[in-house]
Amino acid sequence: MAEATLRTAPLDKTRVLQWLQTYGVYAGVAVLLVVNIVITPHFLSAENFRTQAVQVAPVIIVALGMALVIGTEGVDLSVGAVMALAASVTALYLGYGLLPALLVVALFAAAVGLANGALVALVGVQPIVATLALMVGGRGIALVLLPQLEDLRNPALASLGSGDILGIPYLILIATVLALLVAFVVRRTTFGRQLLAIGDSRPAAQLAGLPVRRVLIIVYTVCALLASVAGVLATARLQASDPTSLGNLMELSAITAVVVGGTPLTGGRVNIAGTVAGAVLIQLLTATLIKHDLPPSWTQIAQAIVIVAAVYAARGRGKR
Amino acid sequence: MAPPAEVLAVRGLSKSFPGVRALDDVDLTLHAGEVHALIGENGAGKSTLIKLLTGVYRPDAGEITFQGHAVSFGTPLEAQKAGISTIYQEVNLIPLLSVARNLFLGREPRNRFGVLDLARMNREAEDTLRGYGVQVDVRRPLRTLGVGAQQMVGLARAVATDARVVIMDEPTSSLEPREVETLFSVIRRLRDAGIAVVYVSHRLDELYAVCSTVTVLRDGRRVHHGSLADLDRLALVSTMLGRDLGEVREEGLTKFTGDHQSAGSEPVLDAADLTVPHKLHGVSLSIRPGEVVGLGGLLGSGRTETAKAISGALPVRSGRVTVAGVPLRGGSAPAAIRAGISLLPEDRKSEGIVPGLSVRENIALAVLPRLSRFGLVSEARVDSVVDTFMKRLRIKASSPHQKVGELSGGNQQKVLLARWLAMNPKVLLLDEPTRGIDVGAKAEVQKLVDELAADGLGVLLISSDLEELIEGSDRVVVLKDGAVVGELTGDDVTEERLMRTIAGDTLAEPVKEVTSDG
Repeated sequence: MAEATLRTAPLDKTRVLQWLQTYGVYAGVAVLLVVNIVITPHFLSAENFRTQAVQVAPVIIVALGMALVIGTEGVDLSVGAVMALAASVTALYLGYGLLPALLVVALFAAAVGLANGALVALVGVQPIVATLALMVGGRGIALVLLPQLEDLRNPALASLGSGDILGIPYLILIATVLALLVAFVVRRTTFGRQLLAIGDSRPAAQLAGLPVRRVLIIVYTVCALLASVAGVLATARLQASDPTSLGNLMELSAITAVVVGGTPLTGGRVNIAGTVAGAVLIQLLTATLIKHDLPPSWTQIAQAIVIVAAVYAARGRGKR
Repeated sequence: MAPPAEVLAVRGLSKSFPGVRALDDVDLTLHAGEVHALIGENGAGKSTLIKLLTGVYRPDAGEITFQGHAVSFGTPLEAQKAGISTIYQEVNLIPLLSVARNLFLGREPRNRFGVLDLARMNREAEDTLRGYGVQVDVRRPLRTLGVGAQQMVGLARAVATDARVVIMDEPTSSLEPREVETLFSVIRRLRDAGIAVVYVSHRLDELYAVCSTVTVLRDGRRVHHGSLADLDRLALVSTMLGRDLGEVREEGLTKFTGDHQSAGSEPVLDAADLTVPHKLHGVSLSIRPGEVVGLGGLLGSGRTETAKAISGALPVRSGRVTVAGVPLRGGSAPAAIRAGISLLPEDRKSEGIVPGLSVRENIALAVLPRLSRFGLVSEARVDSVVDTFMKRLRIKASSPHQKVGELSGGNQQKVLLARWLAMNPKVLLLDEPTRGIDVGAKAEVQKLVDELAADGLGVLLISSDLEELIEGSDRVVVLKDGAVVGELTGDDVTEERLMRTIAGDTLAEPVKEVTSDG
């Protein structure tokens, strides 16, 4: 009887929600693409695709780390601050060459990540509070190191930001490689499995003898490192270090991408492909509205609607 | 002199939850100045009854008469305003407010401008608390007080709100002995003031020290009520556990088969002097390979804590654990697991399974690092381990990829057993391995425990099911209030002996026939 009802009612609510949860983000991207091809002039040009991809690459990279953190039932609000810190440190150490500067950036990012991880895993501070502290403090340090915008004239950095291989910008290549790497880590490594188990049930993971603290610390460190990569790439593209505004609200964009992409905030599941698609969806949405001369406030409202829709779809799944 | 007035009368109270009848036609009468013990094992219905009395739940059937009027409380606040106060195990006050503010919450003294009269409030708070043996600066936030003192503040608050009935749910679980004494004197004062007290505790000594009457619940029913003095300890324990002494000698119904041969005389596990503040006081026990050691005792006697302390899940203040002659270092769960100790936790759903992951991931969870090289999981090796144990333990799932949360309780328990067996442990600590699983699965799990012991594992068995405990164990260590009070070996491993030991009768005493007054 129940089966018959299901068949005669193809718009059954839970099934629709389930479908939305899994494929909604891809459908959203597809719809936006089609709509833009129809209504936006020059949308199909290679130049436009290149612009969109280069703009979304840093968001994707940050969102990858965010997805891992959210998979452990945490959140990292300090990613934007880490981007700003990366920008400042790059400007300060670029004189020694690009590679040494990148190394120092990595050190700073790792320090922030370790601090986040230690606060969460060892001290037991709630992730939102721990990373809020680093969000405020991190940007503070960035501004102490470099109080205002500074133009950077370094050919190596410039080519990192705007160069390409076979017409594909470095930014896109780096984001793609990182996404594949993170997806591989989640699916195929002990670390990935342990991360998911911790996110799903921390007491059970603890009693099963999993190295809960170590995994959490590594997750927050990786998240900060990814954010610093995004910070360096954004700086390279701007050819200027802008610690005041770089990465502002990036934490929210990243969380949005992760949630819209079908990774539940309750942990235990990480959807990397969805996260990438989520970032692309938000990017396309913003681009569409901007190209049609709608004010930025509209973009924010549209983003909000997408988030609510995503959370609604996720709720249906979680309640079952 | 007229008999004391009836304060609270409960008739035919029933409450069901999906799949379980939590309370079935229960009566309870409280008189002014009565201290009434409410006892029963886990799931007996004590909490449900309390929650019905205090308006947390609505009854399905039955009526509550309070001070001569039929009442139906919609919220705990209504019950409290009417005069039924409850002191829960966890203090339900506001930690960040001052002690005085907590004491006077909702009835703060005000001056003639309608403004809070802080000076008066603090002065009165100090006076009140002195009567409860608490001398603190009442302006400090409540959370800076010790748990015991916080509980006293809760008690003072409950009494100060003109309560006619005070319900205390295991009030002493976090108190020091000195604080328990203070609590008792407060209870006696309440009694003398004509207040009825419902006292819930598993500590028999306390019940006999302060209570005059008793109600025993079992499986949601009232199985005994009357004067506590007329019920000796052994009878109390047997009534509570539902084991009629005459019936005890009957043939068992579990799937355990006789005794196991201990392979070596060297213990595979040796725990000595485990001490955890408020919970364990120097518990020692040892298990030889191939032996099943039962851990007996009532709820709250420290059985679960002992298992957790051994497995490193509960930090100990002192004591040591030796596995196969090697002392365990660190006292952390991973260290204990590496040494070969596996714990099947009591709370399967929240501490055992990882519900969102598949059967396969759950089985492989602990052993994963051993099936990996450089952190990369070998899927083939995981598949082979999972396949082996799903067959060996007869785990029923639609596929290894089914979510563990969707399985039946028995199969979840087998998945957890598989998780540990994959680690090739030396010692298995089983905390209520068959609780909440159906009869068939229960028998299978019991059979498995037998097989594992036969394979040479040392097994520690905790079970509230006396039959299971007695028949499954070669030896039973009995705990009471966090300390070992006896050990049953050989022919002494009987339910009767166990209950006598729990009740505190000396083992030397000859076995008498006891008339059951159920």
